[in-house]
Amino acid sequence: MSGLFQDGLAPRAKLAVAGLIAAALVGFSAIVEVPESQQAVVMWLGDPVRVINRYKPGVDYGNTGAGLSLRVPFLETLVRVDRRVLNLDMERQQVNSSDQQRLEVDAYARFRIIDPVKMVRTAGTSERVQEQLQPILTSVLRQGLASYTFQSLLTPERGLMMEQIRKALDIEAREYGAQIIDVRIKRADLPDGTPLERAFARMEAARDQEATAIRAQGQKQAQIIRADAEAAAAKIYAEAYGKDPSFYDFYRAMESYRTTFANPANKSSTTIVLTPDNDYLRQFRNQKGQ
Amino acid sequence: MPILGEICAQGFNRPLLIRKEAPIDNTMKQVAERIAQEIQRRFQSRKQDRVWDMSPALPPVFSAEQDDGDAGGKKPEGDRPGSEKPGGGPRNPWQPPSSGPNAGKGGGPRRASSLEDIFRARRENGGPGGPGPIPPGPNFRIPQRPDGKSWTPMVLGGVALVWLIFSTGHQLSSNEQGIVTTFGKYTSTIGPGMNFTAPWPIQRVRVEDVTSIRRDNVPDGEMEKLMLTGDQSLVDLSYIIRWNIRNLKQFTYQLEDPKGTVREVAEAAMRASVAEVKLNDVMLGTRRAEIESNVRQRMQAVLDAYHSGILVQGVDIKKADPPAKVNDAFQRVQAAQQDANRDMSNARAYAEQVTQRAEGDATAFNKVYDQYKLAPEVTRRRMYYATMEQVLSQNDKVIAPAGGFNSYMPLPAIQKKPSEETTVVKP
Repeated sequence: MSGLFQDGLAPRAKLAVAGLIAAALVGFSAIVEVPESQQAVVMWLGDPVRVINRYKPGVDYGNTGAGLSLRVPFLETLVRVDRRVLNLDMERQQVNSSDQQRLEVDAYARFRIIDPVKMVRTAGTSERVQEQLQPILTSVLRQGLASYTFQSLLTPERGLMMEQIRKALDIEAREYGAQIIDVRIKRADLPDGTPLERAFARMEAARDQEATAIRAQGQKQAQIIRADAEAAAAKIYAEAYGKDPSFYDFYRAMESYRTTFANPANKSSTTIVLTPDNDYLRQFRNQKGQ
Repeated sequence: MPILGEICAQGFNRPLLIRKEAPIDNTMKQVAERIAQEIQRRFQSRKQDRVWDMSPALPPVFSAEQDDGDAGGKKPEGDRPGSEKPGGGPRNPWQPPSSGPNAGKGGGPRRASSLEDIFRARRENGGPGGPGPIPPGPNFRIPQRPDGKSWTPMVLGGVALVWLIFSTGHQLSSNEQGIVTTFGKYTSTIGPGMNFTAPWPIQRVRVEDVTSIRRDNVPDGEMEKLMLTGDQSLVDLSYIIRWNIRNLKQFTYQLEDPKGTVREVAEAAMRASVAEVKLNDVMLGTRRAEIESNVRQRMQAVLDAYHSGILVQGVDIKKADPPAKVNDAFQRVQAAQQDANRDMSNARAYAEQVTQRAEGDATAFNKVYDQYKLAPEVTRRRMYYATMEQVLSQNDKVIAPAGGFNSYMPLPAIQKKPSEETTVVKP
């Protein structure tokens, strides 16, 4: 290194060295690095001619065209385009369902630039593609949702609907070299104000109804429990007393007399008039039992 | 490190400049000599610069620092004779260097002033305290190598070594993986432990935590997040997504915003799943586990369709409450539930009472009946007498012949207590 400029070479040699350096610089500018996450459109004087590391489905990373590539210095310029799946967010929109319910919808789409040349020609950058696709997504979604009822938007039918919307959006997106991978409704809500209030009122009414029903249910259950118990008791009595109805009559009568006339809790006393020929006084009369 | 850079810049640039300006056949020794001189002059010009700079403008507070700088400068001054001797005659540090091989070319003064500029600039950028925190000492105190050669190759070698070590060795902890790219092209995935790659501009490594489970709270704060259920009610729901990276390669290259995608996909899946069930199923938790596994499956299906390289470990519903506005109504339902429970438990208590009573009565009857069967007539009489005894002993008794006695017989009990009932027991 120390001899680079001091070895006494003629100016021609210096020129050669300078030329070498210039050639190296040019050589370096001919090499471009494209990472895996990008694809690069090579523009020959502003005209897209080829694509480096173009997205091909099914090609694993490491086998793609990423890495170092060659270009013609100065004449060819590179426009770098994202190769990954990009996000297309729709702003919250109020849409009407087919049963004239208003609905606030938040949706998103996922897309990928599959034809960067077309994209560069039609939109320029992927941000522009996003800008262009956003209103399309909105209108496609509006149309799509308008043919479904509110209830069906909340059911698995939604999957089918989203697929239709994806297809419709995909047709438009192909014009920009993009492919729509997925469209999804992130949220479908009732708009603030009257619809939401109405929903709340409905919920409240439903709760009150539920509360009443629960109370009635409880009362019904309580009655059933009581009746069951009484039936069970009757069965128990019948089984026991059915064995000898005449004895039951006597037994129960005795019990009843005790309860009625000899109840210590009953303070009033009763005057009982007995005729002398009462059975109780049979022995009193000193008669033989008949 | 800044000191190292300083030395490097100076040591590297200066000789080149000399060579360009004076294409004399310089030996390495002379080069080294010139470096030493340069260093000295730099120090001197710095000192001069500082003294000259500070004395007029700054208050005496700075005098201590000024002394400090002088004290720091003492050492190189001590060294000066040693390093200067091979260079030639003594130099006036206060004058721009005009002697030496460059004399007459006009390079000297210009260079000196440019050096001054450099230092001034450096001091201005040096942050608070001026030159204080960056001691100038080490920059200028480099002793000569024993063989008198320049430090430059050593320094360059050191820098290269550090660069090699830092850009070729990659220590990954057990939860990490790294993506190695060669000029932007994916080359390999490295795992935990020590890994070696080609140095920096050629191969690059992006390290990511792979196995640790990330937790995303939706929504982030404590705000209300209302979701529509299948019966068109609203529920205030918050949940946690647990996920990690299954395939780092796909995670790195497939999606523009993988983390945001996880949240969006979770949101869509959760709303779809909640919309399929009724409010009570979500709120009372009867089908919560089912919803959670539904959401997980849905999310995984979508993320797999994106080839995102993300594995959803689970979705947990943290909270499913009624919206604040209708909370009262929900509490009324709870009150009703309690009322119903109370009614039912009262009924159960009554039922218990009734059946126990029946069983008691039946058992008593059965026991008596068993005895009665052994001696029916005797038992019957015994019971009759026992009962009558009890009854008649506690009541007033009148024994009268049958028929029409009411008309003539005074009943003291009736007179005494007209309101009392009179029972006539006739056999």
